[in-house]
Amino acid sequence: MRMRPGIVRCMAVERLVPSEEAGDLIALTREICRDVLAPRVDAAEAAGEFPRDVFGVLGRAGLLSLAYPEEFGGGGQPYEVYLQVVEEIASAWMSVAVGTSVHSLTCFPVASFGSKEQRQRLLPDMLGGEELGAYCLSEPQAGSDVSAIRTRATLTDDGGHYRLSGGKAWISHAGHADFYTTFVRTDDHPTRGLSCIVIPAGTEGMTFAPPERKMGLACDTVREVLFDGALVAADRLVGEPGMGMPIALAALDAGRLGIAAAATGLAQSALDLATSYSTDREQFGQSINRFQGLAFMLADMEAAVTSARATYLHAARLKDGGRSFSKQAAVAKLVCTDAAMKVTTDAVQVLGGYGYTQDFPAERFMREAKVTQIFEGTNQIQRLVISRQLLRG
Amino acid sequence: MNIVVCVKHVPDAQSERTFNEDNTTDREGVDGLLSELDEYPVEAALQLVDAAQGEVTVLTVGPDQAADAIKKSLQMGAHRGVHVNDAAIHGSDAVATSLILAEAIKKIGDVDLVLTGLASTDGTMSVVPAMLAERLGLPQVTVASELTVEGGKATIRRDGDVASETIEASLPAVVSVTDQINEPRYPSFKGIMAAKKKPVETWSLADLGVDAGSVGLDAAWTTVESFEKRPPRQKGQIVTDEGDGGTKLAQFLSAQKFI
Ligand SMILES: Cc1cc2nc3c(=O)[nH]c(=O)nc-3n(C[C@H](O)[C@H](O)[C@H](O)COP(=O)(O)OP(=O)(O)OC[C@H]3O[C@@H](n4cnc5c(N)ncnc54)[C@H](O)[C@@H]3O)c2cc1C
Repeated sequence: MRMRPGIVRCMAVERLVPSEEAGDLIALTREICRDVLAPRVDAAEAAGEFPRDVFGVLGRAGLLSLAYPEEFGGGGQPYEVYLQVVEEIASAWMSVAVGTSVHSLTCFPVASFGSKEQRQRLLPDMLGGEELGAYCLSEPQAGSDVSAIRTRATLTDDGGHYRLSGGKAWISHAGHADFYTTFVRTDDHPTRGLSCIVIPAGTEGMTFAPPERKMGLACDTVREVLFDGALVAADRLVGEPGMGMPIALAALDAGRLGIAAAATGLAQSALDLATSYSTDREQFGQSINRFQGLAFMLADMEAAVTSARATYLHAARLKDGGRSFSKQAAVAKLVCTDAAMKVTTDAVQVLGGYGYTQDFPAERFMREAKVTQIFEGTNQIQRLVISRQLLRG
Repeated sequence: MNIVVCVKHVPDAQSERTFNEDNTTDREGVDGLLSELDEYPVEAALQLVDAAQGEVTVLTVGPDQAADAIKKSLQMGAHRGVHVNDAAIHGSDAVATSLILAEAIKKIGDVDLVLTGLASTDGTMSVVPAMLAERLGLPQVTVASELTVEGGKATIRRDGDVASETIEASLPAVVSVTDQINEPRYPSFKGIMAAKKKPVETWSLADLGVDAGSVGLDAAWTTVESFEKRPPRQKGQIVTDEGDGGTKLAQFLSAQKFI
């Protein structure tokens, strides 16, 4: 029979979902997490290998394209449901949840800003489950400041292609992806000169630097993508030239909700671990969670996880209802990732010395939580987004 | 090729199990799922019709919750479901269950192959396939770790401790399969959506012409007098190695008839 690991870090989170199929979808996600992700995560994170086959399993199950229209091969699910699936995945394997969220992000520009013809031509493969996309926005000198992007795309004389030169930094699953949703400079204007183009894997002149050596999230292989005269068909430029900035900002609004949900799942896992450990561990003749000092810490962790979940779900429901959700998405990213940092740090504390060893995943959770405060807009940038919208009145 | 797969809804082994006052398994107040061993015949059936066309009908006998076992099979790709649900079935033993299944299969009609799992993960009796074949007057080939269907014949491989047998049966036949036969697919979200539109019929004992007195707890050939929780695991025996650890280990293993 399939491997049923003895210690399952599965969640007992009670979820209210809007439909029967959404409930079945959560059940399917849990089953895949239990059978495929949980048995592998510890060894894989220790080895730091990108688990491409796991994305194959998720893709064939339809979990990589849930929030996109059925017309193009997506699941037609509201964000409220898609994000809870991401949260479930994160509770089993954070790197995979991040990859899932990033892939979803890579489809956003074509789905939301592509011409009808582009959507019909490109989306079915992007959403088909077999392909994985990478999102190429950051550059060494352009992190928080997207307008500093230097990667150039110049139209060839016959107008058939763009020729790319430059490089992208910090690109998740670069080298393993099938397409690269890339932001390039087609004009000198800092913000109105950016464009978005979808580059197929195997494009000549596109190469990859060795993977970065990171603090955590070892299975999220991150590296530079370098362009040296790479030729990309002009009909793969999304929408119109110059729309790159609005596309990037809109994509990030949606994408940071994915990170918020993933951070929540990670925090839940840390809480589950801390709770079960504190029951088993005895000091002074009793379980350590019989001491109020420790039980209150667990209570605070539970409160942090629950409020994180409520915050991202509120933003998701605004989005699903067609309301403006940009500010709430930034709030969710800030609240959920700060919660993840606090809860994972406290989980290490609950486990004491054992929490500091690699024999338990608490220290890994803590290292994984840190990056959620940094990518898809640092939490300082989230505060910038929130305060600007707040003060615009 | 028309295939009927018999599937069972069982209490989730990972949750707390409870019993009714009449000493039967509580199937209503607990979390349940499609018996894991029944995912294998569903997968085997799907592979056969993928290759050669036909229809897969999943058949279950059980209370309302058992509909979930059908739903899961339909999400995996089966075409239609039949749920035999009748209050009088409560407490039925394997003999009665095989009677109900046999009558349901006759009513489904035009069946080339009946597939079952190795055993249910709750009762683990493994006798229903044989009883079912007997009642249907069909050849039974059980414990298959490989199955091919060709030219009106089913051929299976059965792996024993010392040898593997290859066994042939003419169709229609009843085949039970092991967990070695395949790797069951996961449903996909598309499968979940498609399953909502697939036909599921619910039949009562009367629909099958089965006398309610011939099934259920009162008709069962065995009764559960009492039961108790498995005692907590005893502390293991610790052998201190004083240079003779290997010998002591071997003595222990041979005393337990492991070697
Ligand atoms: C594991 C990982 C995966 C990643 N994956 C991808 C990917 O797939 N695709 C991609 O495009 N990028 C990816 N990134 C890049 C990530 O999005 C950037 O690291 C992030 O946007 C921050 O940019 P930076 O690192 O250049 O930091 P900087 O922008 O240099 O920021 C440094 C510090 O200054 C602060 N700061 C900057 N501007 C302001 C301001 N205006 N007000 C106040 N404080 C400010 C920041 O908050 C931060 O604390 C990934 C990064 C990591 C670590």
